[in-house]
Amino acid sequence: MATFKFELVSPERILFSGDVVSVIVPSVEGEMTILAGHAPLVAVLKPGIVMLQTDANNGKEFYVSGGLAEVNAASLTILAEQARFIEDVNLSVLDQEIVTAETRLAGSQDEAEQKRIAEQLVQLREFRGVFEDRKAA
Amino acid sequence: MPSLKDLRNRIASVKATQKITKAMQMVAAAKLRRAQSAAEAARPYAERMEKVLANLASGISGDSAPRLIAGTGSDKVHLLVVFTAERGLCGAFNSSIARLARDKAQALKAEGKTVKILCVGKKGYDALKRLFEKDIIQVVDLREFKQVGFVNAEAIAQNILTRFAADEFDVATIFFSKFKSVISQIPTAQRIIPAEIPAGTETTDAVYDYEPEESEILETLLPRNLTVQVLRALLENAASEQGARMSAMDSATRNAGEMIKKQTQLYNRSRQAMITKELIEIISGAEAL
Repeated sequence: MATFKFELVSPERILFSGDVVSVIVPSVEGEMTILAGHAPLVAVLKPGIVMLQTDANNGKEFYVSGGLAEVNAASLTILAEQARFIEDVNLSVLDQEIVTAETRLAGSQDEAEQKRIAEQLVQLREFRGVFEDRKAA
Repeated sequence: MPSLKDLRNRIASVKATQKITKAMQMVAAAKLRRAQSAAEAARPYAERMEKVLANLASGISGDSAPRLIAGTGSDKVHLLVVFTAERGLCGAFNSSIARLARDKAQALKAEGKTVKILCVGKKGYDALKRLFEKDIIQVVDLREFKQVGFVNAEAIAQNILTRFAADEFDVATIFFSKFKSVISQIPTAQRIIPAEIPAGTETTDAVYDYEPEESEILETLLPRNLTVQVLRALLENAASEQGARMSAMDSATRNAGEMIKKQTQLYNRSRQAMITKELIEIISGAEAL
């Protein structure tokens, strides 16, 4: 299968760097799967799970709290605001993020920023629900 | 000629100082390891961010470019953001950053530009306040934070952005020290507003699809880029500071050791001279009898 280079970078470290077959990316306009040879694209991410396949049977999952994905001819780069291995994520981590966003919303004066944080908050709550269902399943 | 007691006291005090510098060196070494790995871990993100931004910026036309890239159209008022340490005793670290900022400020003033200075870290303020007291608009104190992180960078970036939105300046430059190695830190000036698009990166000619709109992405990406650049400056600075302190304290310890050796030699010599003198006195006294 055709592979391409994928890098998942957070401000603190590089979480993944290597060749993959496909990556599922949580874009603000819906999840999408990136395969080799995808058209150049820049997408903003929402809180969600990045799921990658290194071959037909092996995959990895990461949680990102937002960021940016860039696809060019040869590679996909995700610049995440925060990223963790899925094993390190639990409900209390998500709750903590929701609380942080709430306090930031309360403290913000700028209207555009308020709108942005409010949107993020909705996405976070939504993802928390998804995550809970996933855990239950 | 100092008396034996004087010499003993002097040796004891140099020894005490040496203990302090030695301890400081070891503390700096331990902190350096953490600061260095933090600085190195932050590099890839900043580099990738720059690349993505360069790709994006090469695709936008001149008129629609946001102000953070295009600038305000003039370069009358310059903001210099000077990052230094909160503490001294780290060799030439603080003064070399301050000197770079000072030279730049003086050059700008000679050209008839207005200069505003934002100090991050107390030492930079101390070094610059004598010459530019009136130009310093704010001092950001990071003393209470043991380890600088994303939160600090975000607050500083937000501060800069608010001032930019209020038309307080046209061009912003940050001054910090790039960490190269323990013995080498390079004071660096970097223009952040309007964003410096790194030349020479191979930009793909491919036309990007944007999801959502291009302008919307740039609107969130540009302030974010600023935060990342500030974070990088903070982390590089933290590592440089510890490196500079470590090597400064290392040479201080070595100098103290040398001084102790010299003083001990002097002490022994004068002690022996005194014994010889006393012996001569006794012998000549005995002979006289």
